[in-house]
Amino acid sequence: MPTVALHTHVFHRVVASVTRMAGLPEARRAFVPQPVMGKSAAELRAYVEGADPITGRPVMQEVIEGLTAAVPPVTLDALHTTPRLVEPDTEASLQRLFLENDWTDRLPIVLPTEERVAAMLARTSHRPDEVVGRMQPTANRGLWEYTVEKVAVNAVMAGARPEYFPVILALAASQVTARGSTSSSAAAMAVVNGPVRHEIGMNWGIGALGPYNHANATIGRAYGLLSQNLQGGSVPGDTFMGSQGNGYTYGNLTFAENEERSPWEPFHVQRGFKPADSTVSVFYGCRSTTFGLGLRELHWREHVRDMLRGIDALTAPCLLLDPITARQFIDRGGFDTKEKLIDWLFETAKMPAGEYWDLQLVQNYLYPRATFGEEPYASKLRAAPDELIPIFNRDDINVIVVGGEANGYWQIMGANYRRTVSVDEWR
Amino acid sequence: MAGGEKLSVLNPVGYPPKVSRKALAPRLEGLDGKTVYLVDARFDDSIELLRQVQAWFARHLPSVSTKLVSLSSVYHRDDPKTWEEIKANGDAAIIGVGH
Repeated sequence: MPTVALHTHVFHRVVASVTRMAGLPEARRAFVPQPVMGKSAAELRAYVEGADPITGRPVMQEVIEGLTAAVPPVTLDALHTTPRLVEPDTEASLQRLFLENDWTDRLPIVLPTEERVAAMLARTSHRPDEVVGRMQPTANRGLWEYTVEKVAVNAVMAGARPEYFPVILALAASQVTARGSTSSSAAAMAVVNGPVRHEIGMNWGIGALGPYNHANATIGRAYGLLSQNLQGGSVPGDTFMGSQGNGYTYGNLTFAENEERSPWEPFHVQRGFKPADSTVSVFYGCRSTTFGLGLRELHWREHVRDMLRGIDALTAPCLLLDPITARQFIDRGGFDTKEKLIDWLFETAKMPAGEYWDLQLVQNYLYPRATFGEEPYASKLRAAPDELIPIFNRDDINVIVVGGEANGYWQIMGANYRRTVSVDEWR
Repeated sequence: MAGGEKLSVLNPVGYPPKVSRKALAPRLEGLDGKTVYLVDARFDDSIELLRQVQAWFARHLPSVSTKLVSLSSVYHRDDPKTWEEIKANGDAAIIGVGH
């Protein structure tokens, strides 16, 4: 059936890319200015009666012609397979080439020479040409494929040491991109558990989330670089549309859980692994963070409730607790397991239904699911406007212990859990 | 490593997917007497823009029937029921707002 898609103008390069990957580059389209959200009827009428910001022609002329005018054939250029090597050049020229090709995070990289890549490959039993997975910046962009060697190239570029390689391969095997294209500028978070934390000297203590440990820093950077390069790019306006960007994406919040000082079972054990297994758990959607100090005796419940309400309603809270605060949660609330704490967090994080459904993120992503009849959203939709309803799904809430007990500071990260991958399987 | 020495390095980019060519549906000869579905993607108040598109048709091309429908769920989920309705009862579609 003849169809025309209306888009907002800032996405015109994305539309060209998506239609090309779908095998339909001549798909008819018209553009109106961004934003549509929140505009009055008069403003939207002016959009419809105005000019397409991309072509300069009237929007409705583009629409009518898109439904009725013959479409000239468009050649679909075949994507070339990726060569294994780059044309040899000097170090300075190659650094410039990698920068100009959008292959870096705009910081200097370690050039992936054959020798360096071979050293990385020596730390896994997997063959260099084994396919590790497929990745794309967002749905419908086309899944790009990558091998063990391709992951090694990006690990070298990030400055990672060869002994970190199984962790980096496990991150690649998660097939969760750390360079999603979402206009919300989400970041990933990677949490390492098990003996590999000790083996490669990761940090779970003072400064674990910051740039103070070589393994944390370069594994996190490698996760970002491999995501953008192995999914076919992360270029603003094309394969990346994060409106503001996100500083978390430099290192992708990569750290180890402080299992030794945690009063609870480690995160990977919660996910069905044994304590002696080494794993990396991947989260996505990090863009809202709240933080506090300790738990006061009188109003700690209210304070935590307020922090929970500071997390965007679309992304589940993941508590990042310094061991001091983890123990305080036991002292104050008697939560001697993470599960008990999560139960309480679920019951505490509530807001009036009217406010909840009026959030733009909820309107975009959850209200349609509610009207479709999907639970628990459909039940929430039946609540009266002033009835308190849970903001989050209970099973989406997580708790991780990290920090060096310099004080009882703690954070809530909005972070959706994706999966836990065995590091041991990539040794 | 001397500054002028040429180095051989590996390409960091993954392997692109194979693209299957699809054919565009034949276009209509005209819209007179036709039914055009306006499909609300339910993103960022897209229905409000489509209401203005519907009003434009009423003002400028009253011989065209328009029907405004919303996707059954979020935009990234397939919606076979809606597609079937449009195929059965419509001649063309305008979908928005893409982003």
